[in-house]
Amino acid sequence: MLEIDLRQSGPIPLNARFTCAPGETLALVGPSGSGKTTILKAIAGLYRVANGRVRVGDECWFDSQGGVDLPARARKSGFVFQSYALFPHLTALENIMEALAAGVSAAARLSKANELLSAVNLAGLDNRLPHALSGGQQQRVALARALAREPDVLLLDEPFSAVDQATREKLYEELANLRRDLKMPVVLVTHSLPEATLLADRMCVLYHGRTLQTGTPEDVMNRPASIDVARLISMKNIFTARVAAHEPARLVTILDWNGLRLEARLQQAHAADTDVSWVIPSGSIVLHRKDRPSKGEWENPVSCRVVRHVVMGDNTLLALSPLHAPEQPLTLTISTHVAQRNGVWLGVIASVSLLANGIHVIESHGMLRGGSLLSDS
Amino acid sequence: MDWIALRLSLVLALTTSVILLPIGVSLARVLAYREFRGKSALEATLALPLVLPPTVLGFYLLVAMGGASPIGSLYENISGHPLAFSFAGLVVAAVIFNVPFFLIPMQRSFEAIPLEVRQAAACCGLSRWRTLWRIELPLAWPGLLAGIIMTVAHTIGEFGVVLMVGGSIPGETKTIAISIYDEVQAFDMNAAALMSAILLILSLAALAITNWLSRRSARV
Repeated sequence: MLEIDLRQSGPIPLNARFTCAPGETLALVGPSGSGKTTILKAIAGLYRVANGRVRVGDECWFDSQGGVDLPARARKSGFVFQSYALFPHLTALENIMEALAAGVSAAARLSKANELLSAVNLAGLDNRLPHALSGGQQQRVALARALAREPDVLLLDEPFSAVDQATREKLYEELANLRRDLKMPVVLVTHSLPEATLLADRMCVLYHGRTLQTGTPEDVMNRPASIDVARLISMKNIFTARVAAHEPARLVTILDWNGLRLEARLQQAHAADTDVSWVIPSGSIVLHRKDRPSKGEWENPVSCRVVRHVVMGDNTLLALSPLHAPEQPLTLTISTHVAQRNGVWLGVIASVSLLANGIHVIESHGMLRGGSLLSDS
Repeated sequence: MDWIALRLSLVLALTTSVILLPIGVSLARVLAYREFRGKSALEATLALPLVLPPTVLGFYLLVAMGGASPIGSLYENISGHPLAFSFAGLVVAAVIFNVPFFLIPMQRSFEAIPLEVRQAAACCGLSRWRTLWRIELPLAWPGLLAGIIMTVAHTIGEFGVVLMVGGSIPGETKTIAISIYDEVQAFDMNAAALMSAILLILSLAALAITNWLSRRSARV
């Protein structure tokens, strides 16, 4: 188990706490300058933080109070740098062999290095120098080199940012396959939410060095802990309301949204008669079908006018302005053919249901202003 | 043609390079990778031989090596010979006046190695020594070679400091540059011309090689 607790006020402010279990992949997500890479470098011993601890299993790598600060070479971590940082004068094979523990015979190191090259699908490219490899191949060498040391922690710093989309998707798949065999904690730094959702078991949202929320991607994406997290993860549907009542018997919380009564899943942490924010993922907004009313239509029906209609290939982005609260439009993406079949065009009136289970209530206050800061592509 | 002087110059250049190599590599690494108080002052001091008139540098070295100075008297007590006006004194002087010529190309080469490559070496568990031997020196070798070539060329050609510290003792301190001066004083212009031509070719070759190396190191 990797246990992280890092705190300092400057020059890069940090207040980060999280754990990562063996075999688990934790994604550190946050906008540029949120301290993701600094945390990774602090784990590896490449950056010294003023206060805190880094523990891996029974070993203490860093403890400011106990005066423990192992140098990077003494910490068994595998680090894949954003720039890959391959040794430019050494071949792919030599890069990997360099990281294999000394004391092992040359023949054993050679065979292990070849094995690692095969594991990252680079067999046959062993004698290439890094500059003769493509970005994706360099990334694979960097990964094989990081694994060569049989690290206790694998640290990946935006490993997919320097490759094109097609290569990236291939590398995602390869990493996902490789991950099944990895027994150590894996910490992945990324600013891409789809990447975190795809590859990580849990994600940790960072802003200005602070861990705002740690949870499964599904949890964080659907139930952000604060309005800041909601904004950071590009949530489009963030609104204000008043808590009208809680009905524990029916497992619902009643919200008053500009005079419209909404039923949400029971969330008693927010007292009745307080002003709150609430969010709903796009997937929990269901368009009512014109011809065939469905059973879910009784669930928080809202009549809206279509104020934005952007066809993006197979999908259509809609902004729906509720008739009771025109200044708080709902944003959702639906299939283009669904939009067409139901006659959803700019200016028409359409009805949607807001699924009670998707409505998540949060405190109104936050630090951030403005829109999302994370890449949703 | 004064072959003894040429031989002396070459031995002096070689000895100086061998002594400067470990000192220069260590200093260049420290200056390239470490930040510390007084670093700018240290860099300025080490670069002084570039701008100081050779006679001024020679004068201070002569004073420092003289029997009246602690260094000079210590050397004399141990070896039985004075340090000034000896080959050993010339070596000490050559090491000092060559520091910037060796250090600067070496330091630039170390600085050109990306920080993340050195960090990757640490994350791969490489010891400091192995990092230097397997990663840093192979990447910084153009600077290392440029430093050695500059040192050799500069030592063979140096006049002012050598004359101040060593005088002109044949076989002991009379280098080829001093010999050219002596031949001109003795109106043997042919000998002076031949030796000057040798120095000219050596200097040109040194510059050509260092230029080629710096272009090569910029490409890596």
